[in-house]
Parts: sequence; structure tokens; C-alpha cells
Amino acid sequence: MNEQVKQALIAKLTALADDELILAHRDSEWTGHGPILEEDIALANIAQDELGHATVWYGLRSALDGSDPDRLAFFRDAGEFRNCEFVELPRGDWAFTMLRQYLFDVYEALWLSAAARSTYSPLAEAAAKVVREERFHLQHTQAWVERLGLGTEESRRRIQAALDEQWGYAQQLFVPLPDEALLVAEGIVPDLAEVKEAWLERTTEHLRKSGLELPLQPGYQPASRQMHTEHLWSLLAEMQSTARWDAEAKVW
Amino acid sequence: MPRKFGKPTDPDYEARLAEFEARIARGEKIEPGDWMPEEYRRQLVRMISQHAHSEVVGMLPEGAWITRAPSLKRKMILIAKVQDEAGHGQYLYHAAETLGVTREEMLEALLSGKAKYSSIFNYPTLTWADIGTIGWLVDGAAIKNQTMLAQCSYGPYSRAMVRICAEETFHHKQGKEMVITYAKGTPKQRAMAQDAINRWWWPALMMLGPHDSDSPNTPTLVKWGVKTKTNDEVRQEFINEHAPEILEAGLTLPDPDLRYDEATGNWVHGPINWDEFWAVVNGNGPMNKERLEARRRAHAEGAWVREALAVYAARKQQTAVAV
Repeated sequence: MNEQVKQALIAKLTALADDELILAHRDSEWTGHGPILEEDIALANIAQDELGHATVWYGLRSALDGSDPDRLAFFRDAGEFRNCEFVELPRGDWAFTMLRQYLFDVYEALWLSAAARSTYSPLAEAAAKVVREERFHLQHTQAWVERLGLGTEESRRRIQAALDEQWGYAQQLFVPLPDEALLVAEGIVPDLAEVKEAWLERTTEHLRKSGLELPLQPGYQPASRQMHTEHLWSLLAEMQSTARWDAEAKVW
Repeated sequence: MPRKFGKPTDPDYEARLAEFEARIARGEKIEPGDWMPEEYRRQLVRMISQHAHSEVVGMLPEGAWITRAPSLKRKMILIAKVQDEAGHGQYLYHAAETLGVTREEMLEALLSGKAKYSSIFNYPTLTWADIGTIGWLVDGAAIKNQTMLAQCSYGPYSRAMVRICAEETFHHKQGKEMVITYAKGTPKQRAMAQDAINRWWWPALMMLGPHDSDSPNTPTLVKWGVKTKTNDEVRQEFINEHAPEILEAGLTLPDPDLRYDEATGNWVHGPINWDEFWAVVNGNGPMNKERLEARRRAHAEGAWVREALAVYAARKQQTAVAV
């Protein structure tokens, strides 16, 4: 692997890991506050899986550049994070959380299925393993989208509002990184344009079936992972508070 | 399977009671649907639902630190732990349901403040070291109690305890490892660990319940094999295990009277502040209002979700019938 490809892959793995870490953070905020005890369990499970995936992607990066996953998670500043804005948005209500998780799960399941054929075998192996968990998430969140869309007037209104707000943000999942084309050319990662096509087809069908309407105006669509919402700083201030509290600590 | 809860006014009560007590004396388990005194049922519903509520409320003080865990590994362990607590709440509610009470009734009793839950969860979690200390001391105390309850005469409760104890043992080990790590860590980590032990030690002793002399339910519960040990016996076991381990970790305990008694082999503790215990039990601990408010808020905010779920399920069923 030449240096330029390697750097591109490091950047991609960082973006993947940061998405999962921040999404897991938002999901984990529900622990103990869910609408039904069984859903506390299910969402905690999803948060653990997403956190586990973050660890997998940081681990693959570490194998390339020797970086320490905990340093990356707990000692980078907001401007150094490469997650998309979509996952930073506050958890909102149950409809907001379920819809975001659903839109992310469809993307992730499709991306992983394709990445399982990566020419970079560590990535192919990891993707093949992780995709099995994603299928479970997808079943769960897909069912929630349908229940809320076809439930009461209020649940439909709430999930439609979530869709109107999220649709534009979700599109950022398909914006390639500056050097991602190099990785696609080498067959290391899937082409996001293809993933997007499948994602649009699948989500559109399910959202319609669930009585929801795609927004006519997609709204704000973030384009660069160098940019963040106003929420990331405070999210990280909280997430990193213990780790940074004692700069001398070697072990946590 | 007619469920039968006997009352002392029933004509056959004495004979049935004798048969029931003989079964317990033989070490048989009482199962749902078996005859049992109403008082046995009432005590079990009280204990099991309190226990379930404790798991659910107990998610709050620890859950609050998931977003602040200092490493990816600790974060993962903590989410899994809090998730296990939700799972314990779930099996315990199921166990209580076998006695003819519904989850909704139990939740209503919790949210209205009528039902109790463990006093320990009305204390705040002030630093990250509290998470390790809760695992070590609070789960440690809970395990002592639950190991005893695993021998309980009521089958569903006993089986739930066996399963829960296995998971709690894991949490206890993780908590202990954490505190010991910090006790050997930097000066700040060490001070944080010591402070957490200082704050949680007495509440952990208190959570095992009032002195035997102030525990009016204990004799009946012991006779019916619900409890097989008294509160003071369980508390002594807890101290005997934990006091030497904490001292060995290089930490101190906030009890100037604590000493090892050669003659009995027990660690003897100083006086427990029972006024504090009763204040907390009666709703005036540092976090009682906040914990209950958090549960009420989650329940109220989830109302529209549960309603949507019910409407959706009913519609699905209707469609299925129509087809």
C-alpha cells in the first residue's frame, strides 16, 4: 500500500470510528430513560454494538499508524473529529432516536456488506463480522419506524418531524472524503455513490410503507467532515471529562 | 390451575398451612399455582417488586456515568452492566407477575412513591470512582443478600436469583478491579478512590436492612424459607469479606471502631447511623426526589410511545383477523 493510499485509509477508518463513537454516545444517553424497560435493554445493546464497531475501526487504524484508540477518543478536540454532523444531533425524542438509528443502520448494513469484499483483508474480515450485528439493529429500528409511522396521530407527527429534520443531514453519510476515490479505485472501500443508491431505494420504500413522506426540501446538507454542529463541543466536554481530569493517569 | 392464596379465616387454613410449612421444611420449592398463605404472597410481592424497582432505579446513578467513562473499555463494560440491571428488573417483574400482580400495578406503586426500592440508590454518584465502588461494595452487598435469596422457598424468585447472582458476581469483580487499579494509580486517582469508599461504606452496610431487632418481617420470612438468614448475619458476612480486602488495597475505612475479633473471626463494626437510614428510606435521602422524578419523567415521556405501540399492535391484529 503506498503512503497516499495508507493516509486515505487512516482518514476513512477515523471517520467510520468517529461516526460510531458519537452515535453510541447519543444512544447511550437513553440508558435508564427509555419508554419501556425492554427498550432500555435493546437500545443499550445497540449502543454497545456501535461502540464495539468504533473500537474495531480505531483498532484497524492503530494497526496502520500505531495510534492509541483511547487517545483518539478522549484527547482529540472537536475540530479533529471526523464524524458526520448527523450523529451529533441531540437525541431528541424516541422517534428522533429510532429514525436516526434506522437511517444509519440501513447505510451501515449496506456499506458493510460491500466492504466485506474489500481487497484489504483486515477490513473485509471486520466488515463480515460486524454486518451480522447490523442486521439485528436494522430489524429492530425498521420495526420501530413502521410502528411509529402507523401508530397514533402523535407518533406519526413526531416521526415525520424527525424525518424532515434528519433527511438532509443523513445525506452526509454518502459524501466521500477528499482522497476516498483512491481507496475505491483499489477496491479497499465501497463506492459511496452505489451505497447511496441502494440506501435511497430501501429507505424510501420502507418510509413510504410506514406512512411517511420524504421531505420535498432536503434542507441543510453538510458537506465536509471538518465541520460540526454546535453540539459536538459539549458532547466531547462531557465524554472526555474524566479521562482529561487527571493528565498524569496512565491507566483507567 | 386455580391459584389459591389462603387466609386465616378460611375453614381449611390451619391444615393447609401445616402442609405448606411441611413442604418448606422438606426443602421443596413453592411454585406458582400452589396453595400459599396470602401473607406469604404479600411479602413476596413486596420483596420481589422492591427488588425489581431497585434494579430499575439503580440504572440511574450508574447510567449517568456512561457518557463520561474514561476509556472505551470502561464505557463498554458500564453500558453492559447497566443493561444487565435492566434485564434483572425484567426477570424480577416476571417473577412477581407469577403471584398475580401486573407490571403496570408495580410501576404505578413505584412512581406514586408507595413502593420502596433499595435505599442505596438515593445517594449521588459524584465521581467516576463511585462506579467502581458501587460494583465492589453495593453489588458485593447485593450478592450476599441474593445468594441467600437463591435458597428462597419460592421457585421463581429463587431461580431469578441464581441467574442474577452469576451476573452480579461479574460486576463485583469488575468494580473491585477498578478500585484497586485506582488505589495503585496517580495521587488524584487514589484520592478519588478513597473518597468513594468513604462515602459508600456506611450506605452499603445500611442497604442490608435494619438491625434484626427492628426488622419485624424477618421471623416470619425466615420461618417460611423466604429469607434464610437475618439482616445482621448477612451484614456480618459482607463486612468479613470486604473490610480486609479494602484495607489490603491500601485504602482505609471510615469506621474508627472497626476491628478484627480473634475470638469470633468477625470484623466488628462501630455504630451504624440508623437515623440516616430511616431518613433515606422515608424519602429524605440526598437523591430520593431526583431518582423518582427521573423515573416519572421517563414514564411520562414514553407514554405516547407505548400508546402508539398498542394502537399499532391492535391494528395489526385486526388486519390479521380480517385476512
